[in-house]
Amino acid sequence: MSCTVGQSVTRVDAVAKVTGQAKYTGDFMFRDMLVGRLLRSPYAHAIIKNIDTSQARALPGVEAVLTYKDVPQHKFPTAGHPYALEPGHRDKADRTILTSKARFAGDAVAAVVASDELAAAEALRLIKVEYEVLEPLLTPAAAMREGAPLIHEDSPRNIISSKGYELGDLDAAFQEADYTFTDELETSIVQHCQLENHIACAYVDSDGRIVIITSTQIPHIVRRIVGQALGIPWGRVRVIKPCVGGGFGSKQDVCLEPLAAVMTLAVGGKPVRLELSREECMIDSRTRHAFKFHIKTGVTRDGRLTGMHIKAVSNNGAYASHGHSVAAACGSKFRVLYPMPALKYEPCTVYTNLPVAGAMRAYGSPQITFAVESHMDSIARRLKLDPIEFRRRNLVQTGYVDPIDGNVVRSCGLRECITRGKELIQWDTKKARYQNQTGSKRRGLGMACFSYGSGTFPAGQENAGARIVLNQDGSVQLQIGATEIGQGSDTVLAQMAAEVLGIPVDSVHVISTQDTDITPFDTGAYASRQTYISGMAVTKAAQEVRTKVLDVVREMTGIPVQALDIKDGDIVYRHSGEAVTSLAEVALHSYYDPVSARPITSDVSNNARVNAFVFGVTFAEVEVDLPTGKIAILELYNVHDSGRIINRRLAEGQVHGGVSMGLGYALSEQLLFDEQTGKPLNNNLLDYKLPTIMDVPDIGVDFVETLEPTGPFGCKSLGEPPTIPVAPAIRNAVLDATGVPLNKLPMNPQFVFEHFQAAGLIQEGGEA
Amino acid sequence: MYDIQEYLTATTVEEATALLAAHPDLTIIAGGTDVLIKMHHGQGAKARLLSIRGIQSLQGVRLLADGTISIGPLTTFSRLATDPVIQEHIPILAEAALSLGGPQIRNVATIGGNICNGATSADSAATLFALNARLKLESSQGERVIPIQDFYLGPGRVDLQAGELLTALSIAPEDYRGYSGRYIKFSQRRAMDIATLGVAVLCRLEAGGLLADVRIGLGVAGPAPLRCPPAEEYARGQKITPETFAAIGRLAVSSTRARTSWRASREYREHLVGELTRRALADAIARAGGPGSI
Repeated sequence: MSCTVGQSVTRVDAVAKVTGQAKYTGDFMFRDMLVGRLLRSPYAHAIIKNIDTSQARALPGVEAVLTYKDVPQHKFPTAGHPYALEPGHRDKADRTILTSKARFAGDAVAAVVASDELAAAEALRLIKVEYEVLEPLLTPAAAMREGAPLIHEDSPRNIISSKGYELGDLDAAFQEADYTFTDELETSIVQHCQLENHIACAYVDSDGRIVIITSTQIPHIVRRIVGQALGIPWGRVRVIKPCVGGGFGSKQDVCLEPLAAVMTLAVGGKPVRLELSREECMIDSRTRHAFKFHIKTGVTRDGRLTGMHIKAVSNNGAYASHGHSVAAACGSKFRVLYPMPALKYEPCTVYTNLPVAGAMRAYGSPQITFAVESHMDSIARRLKLDPIEFRRRNLVQTGYVDPIDGNVVRSCGLRECITRGKELIQWDTKKARYQNQTGSKRRGLGMACFSYGSGTFPAGQENAGARIVLNQDGSVQLQIGATEIGQGSDTVLAQMAAEVLGIPVDSVHVISTQDTDITPFDTGAYASRQTYISGMAVTKAAQEVRTKVLDVVREMTGIPVQALDIKDGDIVYRHSGEAVTSLAEVALHSYYDPVSARPITSDVSNNARVNAFVFGVTFAEVEVDLPTGKIAILELYNVHDSGRIINRRLAEGQVHGGVSMGLGYALSEQLLFDEQTGKPLNNNLLDYKLPTIMDVPDIGVDFVETLEPTGPFGCKSLGEPPTIPVAPAIRNAVLDATGVPLNKLPMNPQFVFEHFQAAGLIQEGGEA
Repeated sequence: MYDIQEYLTATTVEEATALLAAHPDLTIIAGGTDVLIKMHHGQGAKARLLSIRGIQSLQGVRLLADGTISIGPLTTFSRLATDPVIQEHIPILAEAALSLGGPQIRNVATIGGNICNGATSADSAATLFALNARLKLESSQGERVIPIQDFYLGPGRVDLQAGELLTALSIAPEDYRGYSGRYIKFSQRRAMDIATLGVAVLCRLEAGGLLADVRIGLGVAGPAPLRCPPAEEYARGQKITPETFAAIGRLAVSSTRARTSWRASREYREHLVGELTRRALADAIARAGGPGSI
């Protein structure tokens, strides 16, 4: 029964979730709970000249109406990053609670607290705001234009950051090349669309502290940022994270909590719930940055990359959030895939008057992987090289050290992933079959690779905490700082604790709620860091408990520790497996021995100064309906090297979800805005084309299980990666089917039709 | 939380029309899948609703003695899709019904609501246009029966006069007997989506492989659903050839009034009208026992 790691054990929260007993933020009910609502600017860029709240305040049921004049105006950052001791490494503090200047259509300019939603909605209608409307800057080009108005006063030309890097001698690399190729590629603004919208509930407790129950990925960071925003000591804020219905990075950011805090303060500490509708959530939480890439690449006659020059412009929207670090991560995590003599990355992250872009699953990598992997296929086609062979000639080897951040490739199953993907989709057979197609429907094959990290080291600190208490019956409580948001971290961390302790996984009771008053410190769920980083803390805590248990056994029996092991809840001789005593006996002894009683616990923190690269591929087969521009996915396989897989069923679930997010990114999703005013056009799930289950094909999943020496049990990251290579694989399959390179996302029917028409693939009159 | 001031219910048509006569500001609600969404988006604040869900006589499909198919406006799309009369006589309407929303929506959304909502994208409308459906409208003053084409006045506007209730949709035997049909909903998603274009084609073949009659209904090709008279007239008596298909597709486009919006360009919509009309016609012919492709 040990060997829990590697088994598809049932999620520890499965029963609670399917029976509806799991408590989410919206399930917390308090007597006399009030409702908070926000008034949003109809203009994308406007200064508030005057706000008259008198009528709203007079409405029965309204308890408070707040504007920027009524709340602290400390500038604060919102990104869910560890605090940096060095001021130069901190996130940009460019927000205040309620603004005097609207920077996107939907920016919150006033807040109402009322007895119910209808009174709150009516009060919003009664607030009179006088705006001085400014020119809305909706594209980076417009925002960077000489003389454009400044969205934030301290950012000349509206540029947040343009810090890049240069490796090797690019000029020499292009001279050495036999050919150079240039492509322009572009991605769209998309939204997380996690199941549970943003919601927070706040009240003041009997000690005068602000308690915030919130749907967040980062409770300890929320505590700090609420303290910063309100200008109060951080310890006066207590943040509780109950069950969370998904985040995908949208909740790796502080969106509602400072507002919820000032709302409860405005009503004498009474509980206030602030919940965004889906329509609000899609514009006033976070989005994925749209990028424009210009890539120039040098290649030798035999298909070796000599150098690459990437210019990337990132549309950040109205506030900095994660902005600069998304562009930085975008430029760093992909570069290990194809080491080459010279690489120059020139990003530019730009403020615009659009909703705020922030963290979203894989944090810049889907954007650059679409660009680079599409570009690679276009190069292979122009060189008449097989796209897989072209990649193989340039792939990274184990032992590679990243020249900038020093991270080492200690395990790499990428070649095996490619081989497996080719087999699964029957690449060679189908390639031959599809060589000479005619007619209105064409089939094609495409693939794309990716590289990614496990956590953020060395760009970010990777601290994680875990605490274990051995109960009187030999079971344990496991308390972790890492947050379960649906990805399954509670389960795999319980598996790790069970494995180290030699007990069944159902003897590990995971305390799923994080509460900053009592939970060990961990910066939260992001960067695919829980299994790898928080797993290190959990194994460390479990090893400490195991050592203490065996010490007690030695005291009880005289048997040396090195002769002992724990198996399935029993203390056994290591050499024979013969039982010595049970863990339950040892536990009782530890609690009640008249002389040496000291209940066994551990409370550890682990500051990981290491990272592990993960790799993988998508292989896709498509059928393109030329006259309508519709792309159907016939088969799709993701094969991942994420090190050892701790729980295969949960891992497959991550891949299924990530691929479906990648499919939407590839084919249909984009947030649209009026090109003149910047008002959102489709911030609802009817007009925003998130795929339904009917649109997602069967997804083939496989793993190449390398053993990563730095990871607990040999594991590496998996949460974000499945979404990275999907869009370029589909794009490359369409290129294979039609010869048309589609260099912009999403490849929706209208867009595809226009490109097929331009390429002469659509005959007037059609075929019946 | 919805801003509902009052919620009245009726269990008979007489009761409903009497309430409508007495309270002209009542909003009729059946399945609620359109009304509640509008309210969620802030329309119809302080609504006074009249629920007609309890009117049994407006439920279900009946085949009358003269061959007329009478559809109760409260018939849900789930029921429509599985109804034996519909499946046997006008399977194209079952096909259209199944294209709407998802299973949960189809379990409550009604065909009467779909029509009275007045949207050009209504999933049943193009097919009902092609079937020459007639609508019975009753009020406390009396009743009238009008062709569905006269009911649509413009985007979101229908000829439902104050005090009136839609009480039946009927399809005459000469409009469906001997016809085969095909409905194509073109949308980005396979469920839970609004049509970019809806194409319903009915056709009847005659001896010698000629087209006896073709009727084409289009949704989202103009501000209201529409028919394609020039294409239909041309089709009568034509041989089934590539030239015929090309001409019918081209003529169908001439009846449309598509416009460019952020959802799709006019050019693309018109291209789809031609392409999908040809495809729907080819499928309809195949279902009628004619050549499936040429």
